[in-house]
Amino acid sequence: MKVVGKELTRVDAYGKVTGEARYTADLEPKGILHARVLHSEIANGVVKSFDLTEALKVPGVTKIVTCFDVPDCQFPTAGHPWSVEKAHQDICDRKILNRRVRFYGDDIAAVVAEDEVAAARAVRLIKVEYEEYEPIVTVEKALAEGATPLHEDLRKDNIIVKSHMTMGGADFSFEKAYDEAVEKYGEENVNVIERTYNTPRISHCHLELPVSWAYVDQNGKITITCSTQIPHIVKLCTAMALGVPAGRIRIVKPYIGGGFGNKQDVLYEPLNAFLSMQVGGRPVRLEISREETISCTRTRHAIEGRCRALFTRDGRLLARKLEAYANNGAYASHGHAICANCGTVFKDLYADELGCEVDCATVYTSSPTAGAMRAYGIPQSIWFTECLADDICQITGKDPCDFRLESCMKEGFVDPGTKIPFLTYGLKKCIEEGRKQIKWDEKRAAYKNQKGHIRRGVGMAIFCYKTGVHPISLETASCRMVLNQDGSMQLIMGATEIGQGADTVFTQMAAETTGISFDKIYVVSTQDTDVTPFDTGAYASRQTYVSGKACKKCGELFRERILEYAEYMLVNEIPDISKTIYAEIVKEAKEKLKAKLGLSEDKDISRSMLDIENDCIVINKDAVDHGAVNNDTTNTSGHDEAFGFEERKLFELSVLADTSFYSLDRSQHITAEVTNHCKENTFASGCCFADIEVDMPLGKVTVKEVINVHDSGILINPKLAEAQVHGGMSMSLGFGLSEELLIDEKTGKPYNNNLLDYKIPTAADTPDLKVSFIQLDDPSGPYGNKALGEPPAIPVAPAIRNAILNATGVAMNEAPMTAERLVKAFKDAELI
Amino acid sequence: MFDIRSFYEAKSVEDAVRALSEDENALLISGGTDVLIRLREGKDAGASLVSIHNISELKEIREDENGTLIIGAGASFSDITNNPIVKKNINVLGEAADTVGGPQIRNMGTIGGNICNGATSADTASTLWSFNATVVLCGKDGAREIPVTEFYVGPGRTVRKHDEVCTAFKIEKKEYEGFYGHYIKYGKRSAMEIATLGCVVRVKLSADKKKIEDIRLAFGVAGPTPVRCRKAEEAVKGMDISDASIYEKLSETALTEVNPRSSWRASKEFRLQLISELSKRALREAILKSGVLESEVAEIRYKNESDNESKANAELFSRDVYAAEGVYFNDGSAAFPGGENNA
Repeated sequence: MKVVGKELTRVDAYGKVTGEARYTADLEPKGILHARVLHSEIANGVVKSFDLTEALKVPGVTKIVTCFDVPDCQFPTAGHPWSVEKAHQDICDRKILNRRVRFYGDDIAAVVAEDEVAAARAVRLIKVEYEEYEPIVTVEKALAEGATPLHEDLRKDNIIVKSHMTMGGADFSFEKAYDEAVEKYGEENVNVIERTYNTPRISHCHLELPVSWAYVDQNGKITITCSTQIPHIVKLCTAMALGVPAGRIRIVKPYIGGGFGNKQDVLYEPLNAFLSMQVGGRPVRLEISREETISCTRTRHAIEGRCRALFTRDGRLLARKLEAYANNGAYASHGHAICANCGTVFKDLYADELGCEVDCATVYTSSPTAGAMRAYGIPQSIWFTECLADDICQITGKDPCDFRLESCMKEGFVDPGTKIPFLTYGLKKCIEEGRKQIKWDEKRAAYKNQKGHIRRGVGMAIFCYKTGVHPISLETASCRMVLNQDGSMQLIMGATEIGQGADTVFTQMAAETTGISFDKIYVVSTQDTDVTPFDTGAYASRQTYVSGKACKKCGELFRERILEYAEYMLVNEIPDISKTIYAEIVKEAKEKLKAKLGLSEDKDISRSMLDIENDCIVINKDAVDHGAVNNDTTNTSGHDEAFGFEERKLFELSVLADTSFYSLDRSQHITAEVTNHCKENTFASGCCFADIEVDMPLGKVTVKEVINVHDSGILINPKLAEAQVHGGMSMSLGFGLSEELLIDEKTGKPYNNNLLDYKIPTAADTPDLKVSFIQLDDPSGPYGNKALGEPPAIPVAPAIRNAILNATGVAMNEAPMTAERLVKAFKDAELI
Repeated sequence: MFDIRSFYEAKSVEDAVRALSEDENALLISGGTDVLIRLREGKDAGASLVSIHNISELKEIREDENGTLIIGAGASFSDITNNPIVKKNINVLGEAADTVGGPQIRNMGTIGGNICNGATSADTASTLWSFNATVVLCGKDGAREIPVTEFYVGPGRTVRKHDEVCTAFKIEKKEYEGFYGHYIKYGKRSAMEIATLGCVVRVKLSADKKKIEDIRLAFGVAGPTPVRCRKAEEAVKGMDISDASIYEKLSETALTEVNPRSSWRASKEFRLQLISELSKRALREAILKSGVLESEVAEIRYKNESDNESKANAELFSRDVYAAEGVYFNDGSAAFPGGENNA
């Protein structure tokens, strides 16, 4: 491949570095009104009434709307493709503003004002009367007998969904496996461990806050410009929320400053539209604060994993069981999909000799809503599998690396439930590569029997991750290509650039397939649902794979259409062409082609003899090969030179484009548009190795060396891929050591919904992040590629955890492993 | 956009005092790194601000004829860190100032604001306590000087009156001459932090550099206000720096003088551990900075010498969990009361 695989500069690099790239807030019109949301200050209850008297007196206040004024429409918010099957539809469990308060911070009213200060003042002056119920912040409380149902109409028991999955037959049970193991290996040779592992509620911490502005035009069209990953889904959900037909909603998505899954949900866009409708369609801007973003949008699920493992004395993995309880918070958002995903990977990642059993439950609680976040339940799953794996090794004495090489999912794996295959299997190669690079064996030996208060340890973790959501959900993507007069083109993707580099890799793909050069492809970065073809958006590590297939398919069609026109130009004695400024060029091209291919006068030129390379119509290499064979069967030396680009070049694409636009004989605007319904999937995989130092009296962990090795197929742009991995590793580092949104269990009030107290790692906390790839050409990927967007955020945390275990012998079961938790654990272990 | 009623740029300290005394709701602003945050949160919304940001005399750092150092309250953290007089005489204050927030905050935030905020976590506060610094306040009736150790009334509260402007901090020569100090800020991460605990130790060694002639130990976040541990200081005075018991003496005595609280940010137990550990480490670093060789200073002793295998060995291969508890599996209904099974 010529363009795919190259480390080309991002197409948006200059705009973003100079600050000229325009984001939602940069585009708002003058004279816009500003809105602000009033959030509940109780965690569970009902709004009885408002007193707006003082708030309405604030100069500059235009309108105040409350939960008593909004349409009586319940709508879903998940960034899933809508399902036309009732059973698979997302849960419609909220209104634009809610009377029934379900968490501390629920949206109950909003103010529209001439400026932000007036809006903020009015919000502070609104008085609310509530009927209060006891907050049920934890899963335990939400499941307790007599707990108030948060959604009386939908779930009386607060359980969103629970599911049961097995490996080793539908009727597999861990209990039966134990009996079987005892019989097979003898009671004295098998062991069971039982551990409970916990993961934190995490905030995405994208730089750009969720911001939008909306207006209604003279024809009643409601336009919302917003920072989202999923414009087409926002369109549909907003229509549902407002009770209007989808065609009335138009979503414009410019550049966005990160999303990480938080913007894979419909957030405040419906409210923003509603507010504009309430003020006669005037433009209204709604930007929420960082504090609101952390507690009132979405979080990563805190999941408790009660795990059991059955294994032999010599470290053979026989069976595992997981009972996972996901705290979903106040609203369903993505519902059970995330916890189910967590359970699926738990069972897939290891080849338990007898089988594996998984029970997952997703529970409503009166706490911030959990939704999609980068890697969608798998960081939690891998925290469970990888803690468990090392805890088994700790008892059996088996080397954790060897254990994984022996027990991890095997080449040729196919998930029995989803039928997703592991088409190109790089997992073991990744493990071997990481092992070598970190000097695993030397370090495991060197770190034995350490004394003293500062100790070193090395640990690892593995993972697998599917590519997109087929067949669990719909995978569809569209692409349009439009030729310009100069032979350049517009590339219009329904898929969204959210900072990950999508625009750049699609441009590379389009260049690869069409033969138009990278810098002559103008990717339209903004999605406007009125004109942009349909794509569900950026999530599930899907776009490079699923939307990439659409890009490739569209590129092939576009190329065919150009070549068809080229054939027409070369074949036909166009009266028109002979009069054009291109007459000589085309004539010469025709003669050159006939000569090179040794075509007789009466033999027609056909499209199959043509190709596009470097923005030129050229003689197809294959056709040349045939021609060469015909002419000279003995001499093949110097073939490449003789039939290099210059030898095969016919005329520039601009000649064709200009003709096709303005020909008086055959005017044709060459475009192509395709939808690709993707019905394939494949597993990506990888691992992390971490070498750490623990200062036990201070509970301080310093990562000395960390490396992620990824099996993500062929890389479209290795430099961007590396950057993608860096970002993910940083997120997993935070998951492992410092990030956790804390909620007061008594009141449901968040403690640390700000960036001082919510600890994302700073540059000073981040070690040199090393990245390696095992590149295997996946047959299902459009260019041999498979998932990479999310996987980097998965394995670092458990690798560090296992390194701490290696250093100190102390197994930390709860993430993040804060200094305070570590100090307590070291004291309990009498190490300090 | 901040919710401010008015903004007055004071021309001088006297002018600022006048403006404050004329409006009992007026707030003083200098670097703005605390005031603007409060305004953004809606606290103090609608306030009138009186700015002393551009009063150049407040930014001065100088040494008078007696060797007393005078640090203008309007000096920013980065001014202090980079100032030659500070570097030469009281470098530890510059080091402490350099741990505040991030570079932008250190360029804007001032030492006056850091102290007048009344926060126990202020990074320069514990160090100023260790220097017995004096706070200079200017009001309607002229200037008054208060020892920094008497400046704090409680968390977030000081003796500064509404219409007083803090103009400077004074440190006498006897408080710094011959001393070397070390400040450790313990935060949950390496930058952009609020101290979970701050610890400063300053030592003056005997002429032969063998004994601790004088010592100061102070903490931030070890109580509602900064705290100086005088008993702990007395306990190690005169001790030999090669005597490893100096560390336990200092830290164990300090633990009797502090009063940290449990909050969601950190438990009391964890803060006590930090107080104990950081006082030892800061002492050793302060001694090393006094120009003695590492070999002449005692190592900190750690009680436990068990290695990382011992824990693993304790958990021998056994069937204990399963055997002890028998069949402990929850059936589906117990694990998921009342729910449907959507397999």
